[in-house]
Amino acid sequence: MSNDGNKKQFWKRNAAKVPGSIQHVYGAQHPPLDPLLHANLIKAGNRPPPATPGKPKKATTFQEFESITSDAWDVGDDDDELLAMAAQNLNIEVVMETANKVIENHSKQQERQRQDDTTELEQRGEDTQEELEEEEEEEEENEEDRAGEGDRASPEVLFASQSSPHTEGRLVKSQSEAPIGSPKDAASEHAGLHRQRSLPHRPPVIPLVARMADQNTSGTPAMTEREASRLDKFKQLLAGPNTDLEELRKLSWSGIPRQVRPITWKLLSGYLPANAERRESVLQRKRQEYFGFIQQYYDSRNDEHHQDTYRQIHIDIPRMSPESLVLQPKVTEIHIDIPRTNPLIPLFQQASVQEIFERILFIWAIRHPASGYVQGINDLVTPFFVVYVFEYIEEEVENFDVSSLQEEALRNIEADSFWCMSKLLDGIQDNYTFAQPGIQRKVKALEELVSRIDESVHLHMQQYEVEYLQFAFRWMNNLLMRELPLRCTIRLWDTYQAEPEGFSHFHLYVCAAFLVRWRKEILEERDFQGLMILLQNLPTMHWGNEEVSVLLAEAYRLKFAFADAPNHYKR
Amino acid sequence: MGSDESYNFVFKVVLIGESGVGKSNLLSRFTKNEFSHESRTTIGVEFSTRSVQMDNYTIKAQIWDTAGLERYRAITSAYYRGAVGALLVYDISKHLTYESVDRWLKELFDHADPHIVVMLVGNKRDLDTLRTVPTEEGKDFAEKRGILFMETSALDSTNVENAFNEVLKAIHKKVASREVTRGSICAVTIGSPIGLKGEAQGERRSCCKSS
Repeated sequence: MSNDGNKKQFWKRNAAKVPGSIQHVYGAQHPPLDPLLHANLIKAGNRPPPATPGKPKKATTFQEFESITSDAWDVGDDDDELLAMAAQNLNIEVVMETANKVIENHSKQQERQRQDDTTELEQRGEDTQEELEEEEEEEEENEEDRAGEGDRASPEVLFASQSSPHTEGRLVKSQSEAPIGSPKDAASEHAGLHRQRSLPHRPPVIPLVARMADQNTSGTPAMTEREASRLDKFKQLLAGPNTDLEELRKLSWSGIPRQVRPITWKLLSGYLPANAERRESVLQRKRQEYFGFIQQYYDSRNDEHHQDTYRQIHIDIPRMSPESLVLQPKVTEIHIDIPRTNPLIPLFQQASVQEIFERILFIWAIRHPASGYVQGINDLVTPFFVVYVFEYIEEEVENFDVSSLQEEALRNIEADSFWCMSKLLDGIQDNYTFAQPGIQRKVKALEELVSRIDESVHLHMQQYEVEYLQFAFRWMNNLLMRELPLRCTIRLWDTYQAEPEGFSHFHLYVCAAFLVRWRKEILEERDFQGLMILLQNLPTMHWGNEEVSVLLAEAYRLKFAFADAPNHYKR
Repeated sequence: MGSDESYNFVFKVVLIGESGVGKSNLLSRFTKNEFSHESRTTIGVEFSTRSVQMDNYTIKAQIWDTAGLERYRAITSAYYRGAVGALLVYDISKHLTYESVDRWLKELFDHADPHIVVMLVGNKRDLDTLRTVPTEEGKDFAEKRGILFMETSALDSTNVENAFNEVLKAIHKKVASREVTRGSICAVTIGSPIGLKGEAQGERRSCCKSS
């Protein structure tokens, strides 16, 4: 890219690596795609030939990588021109304004659509998703390909029951021509971005509870080309003798394809070494080490000094269920029949699964006496366990019987979950030490951040005397797992693991973005009670990849905007 | 639970007690008439409300629920602040949960208003066959400590309404009789015939003596 120099200066402030690709990221801070600008360019039929033909070759530098891969939210080959134009007069205000516009437009649209046909809603959402996913496009994947795809569906946005036939009841990735905010007619004229908009019939039932982790279930439809190309990129990165973790992080930021999620998570967390040759031996060693801990510690669980710890864990595990069982107001409004029992309960009711969780938590607690076991930590094991289990199973998780797994596989899953969870907790341990200072600090930081980014919301909370600690404690203690469906958590953790200190630092911005996302509902509540009940029952049951993507984009924008701001709410 | 209903009083009541005794289900049974075997461990605080019609006034009960685990003390003072009633819950089938009642009482009086109305609640009465805490024992203890007592079952609803209603009545009585000075109890009233003035909504932190 010709303007790399400019970009480098532009990004200079933060020593941390830039996540994701430096292509236009909808809603994020990066030279944001100005919708009008973009639409105009497209209209003009301004399409220079592709920079490089064919499949991307292996990049040895980021610049190279960038120039040969249009894995950003490419809408075509005009990137160079667009970026050049965008970068020209880039200053923070312009950038922020544009990003704000985008977010605003999107929220407006979302609100408008909210009560309408859900298909419509999701299609709009998919516009964003579409833009967000442009990062995944190969440069040569051009309009011809897209125009030909009528009923693509993406597992990431798939909430409908998987048993329906391909085009029925699926969320079709909206192939709306227009980037958000740009006039539709402008976009519809040009061939470049022409995509068919299909409106499949979508049943009103959102069996979100039935789909624990969309991205991790098999039985999903054939991948779209875009997804296939993303998967390819991952595979390429993972295939080499020495995985470039830097690159892997960048790719992972926008979500990890289900097939490669287990190994990617293990690499990103540092559990697996980048060097492929060493992996097997490291795995062996770590697993053995964990089994050694079991032998060393687990029998002492009924000893006097460990009793309380074990007892608490022992009561908590049978009560685990990743999805909220509470019927949320919005949900009942649209007459969705959410089963009262959690389909995942079978999984957690299996004795072997319970024992696995108990062992993991007990051993962790014993080895971390500064905090010991704290309620909420048990939730943090779940995503790892579920993701690693999926590596072995073909069928849907709802009816998955863990005993069908070979014992060795289960033991390995347990060990891997233990280590990865440990890694995660290492970064946030002061959340759980006595008096939980980490959480107190983060909630305070959240409050300060919100007071800056949305004064109305902040004042509203103050007016009705809602303390942030009263609702955000759980957000920090459980990393939003109690506020989101498990599939969203899993998607979120893709980004958290790609970000430097995602769980401790980026999470703060995600929480801020999350709170402000509900500003309309918040401002509508005019008393303490209403506010508290709203904040503890936010209607996210239907959320999927697209909502999380928007959230992440907004969080990233916030992080960028405030990264150099006064220290008191930096980590 | 709508905020549109008119009510004369808002009373904040907290649920305390060991982990697993049934606080969350008492809450859901009283405020939503729901019970779940699979209710997850409470994290932080959870909150629900219900309006109760007494003789000639309406009380909005603001019920707070929190985790039983001691480690969760990060938000203790916020939790107790402004509470005028407390249900101290134990599980009649687990004697261990009864043994820590003293400790809970101490914590309560360390953090909450000294005039707070307290009820000792022996929950899970439906598990009578597994009982390890005799009714009389609980009753005697409560009497000695000058607190109310009741055995309940959130599962089959036994005495749940009674327990909460009794606590709310007792609070109202204290408020009405002006047994306590206005400054020390945070019962918020709206157009109350008794004449206690307060803010329209919510509690006044400034008037609460909390640690």
